Amino acid sequence: MAMGDATLRSRLSQSAPWRRWSGLLFVAPYLLLFAAMLILPLIIGLRLSTTRSDLFGVKAEVGLENYARLFSDPVFLKAVGNTFYFVALTVPALTIIGLALALVLNNASRWSAVLRAVFFASTVLSVTVVTLIWRLVLIPDGGLAAVIARLFGQAPIAFLSDPVLAMPAIALTTIWWGIGLPMVLFLAALQQVPRDLYEAAALDNASRPRILFSITLPAIRRTIALVVIIEIILQFQLFGQAQLMTGGGPNNSTRPVVLFIYEAGWKQWQLGYAAAAAQVLFAMIAIAAMAQYYVSSRKEPA
Amino acid sequence: MSALRRPPPLAVVAVVALAVLMLVPMLWVLILSFKDNTALLADTASAFVPPYTFANYRNIMGEGQVFTWLMNSVIVSLAMTAGVLIVSSLAGYGFARLEFPGRKILFVVVLFGLAIPEQAVIIGRHQIFSALSMHNSYTALVVPGLSMPFGVFLMTQYFRAIPVEIDEAAMLDGASRFRIFWRILLPLTIPAQATLGIFTFFQAWNDYWWPLISATDGQMYTLTVGIAATQVNFAQAEGLGFLMAQAVFAGLPTLIVYLIFQKYIVRAVAGAAGQ
Repeated sequence: MAMGDATLRSRLSQSAPWRRWSGLLFVAPYLLLFAAMLILPLIIGLRLSTTRSDLFGVKAEVGLENYARLFSDPVFLKAVGNTFYFVALTVPALTIIGLALALVLNNASRWSAVLRAVFFASTVLSVTVVTLIWRLVLIPDGGLAAVIARLFGQAPIAFLSDPVLAMPAIALTTIWWGIGLPMVLFLAALQQVPRDLYEAAALDNASRPRILFSITLPAIRRTIALVVIIEIILQFQLFGQAQLMTGGGPNNSTRPVVLFIYEAGWKQWQLGYAAAAAQVLFAMIAIAAMAQYYVSSRKEPA
Repeated sequence: MSALRRPPPLAVVAVVALAVLMLVPMLWVLILSFKDNTALLADTASAFVPPYTFANYRNIMGEGQVFTWLMNSVIVSLAMTAGVLIVSSLAGYGFARLEFPGRKILFVVVLFGLAIPEQAVIIGRHQIFSALSMHNSYTALVVPGLSMPFGVFLMTQYFRAIPVEIDEAAMLDGASRFRIFWRILLPLTIPAQATLGIFTFFQAWNDYWWPLISATDGQMYTLTVGIAATQVNFAQAEGLGFLMAQAVFAGLPTLIVYLIFQKYIVRAVAGAAGQ
């Protein structure tokens, strides 16, 4: 600070203590909540993951034993596999269908507005309502699918108790529930594509597929990457649908990692073990986001 | 130009077919909810022919529990929405406009908070509220949601976009920091408040895992958890029609709010995902 700046200094010394810290008062309420409800629980979870703990507290310090146990626990490994399988079933479908809907419905007509509203409506329902609806569609004993099957003289299929079909059924339910989000993200991106590109294409008499692949898709490729990342992170967190529709069965075929954490924590009260599994999921989500970001940022501009 | 952007007819047909598929499960549940339970037990295909009845809805009205859950959901969702708007607006103004020690670092730390998934903190949160013996309370259902960094992020961005000249003019008039915030800047942020408020309300209304483990007493269930509890006894449920009437009862409030605030909701959800 300049020595000759005496007046400014005296003014600062009068108002500075209050002025310097008053700003903190505005952010203090949130920072307290942030520390108490996000940072502290994160630390508690990390610490618990190195202990053997139950409902009544820490029983023993076990270092990394929980993590070692996780990676030799066939149920956990199956849960990790199931989670990746579920992501593979849902993320490409959500991305492609969402993009297709956005391409078709990206216009100002009244009918497009109605259809956009229809495709987004299920997004606002809670997971418990969504699973209730779909169980009533899928149950072999009088569900809509069974009624339709009977109409065609077929035997009803027990989707949710079939080890091969249960996960696709949960994936279908999830796609039905979540298709609105990718659609609106793609719609927002399509609005940003410069119109003069299309006008130039029209002058050239470019075909529809050519416009799609040479103009539209390159123009929104960042959004495509973004949607894939968001959906991977969202679908990694599969919980309610599996818990409510199949309970993880049959034979663990639909148990995802989050359901594993929930059951280890609140059914078996192995809180340390559950906390370790939660850290693994946290790492999986972080790696997925970083890997996708890396891949999408490496692509050469078209 | 317009002809070029009009989608091919085959694509339109496919999209309309998909839209029908979106609606069919909802309509199925809707008609089942108007059917007599014993008729459904014999054959659910009877749903397509009369007679229809309001008995299932009368039964819901008669049963107090669903109303308790509905009230809990309303209280929790409104409280969380109000809380998030207040702390996020204050913090957003602080981070965007004021100078204080550690401002930049604190904001970066909060941004990192965006990357923390619920699963990584839920066990710790449960431990904290257990230690305080505060489960099965509105406080426990509301407070964790107030730590959501998204609101602070959104409001900070919004305050930053407001020209500083507005503050400076008010300061020359001798207005205090809080007065500038409260009287001059806050009214300018109403669009952002609407977006954040609606997003938070839906988040709170549809939250499942946290109320599931914190509100274990049936009197403290939110509607979302209550509907899950009735599903667990799916086989022994009071009857398909009754179950379906509950689904309609639980789903309808969100669908109605959605139809009214559609524009804001779509913007809020897209904004929250795109941050």
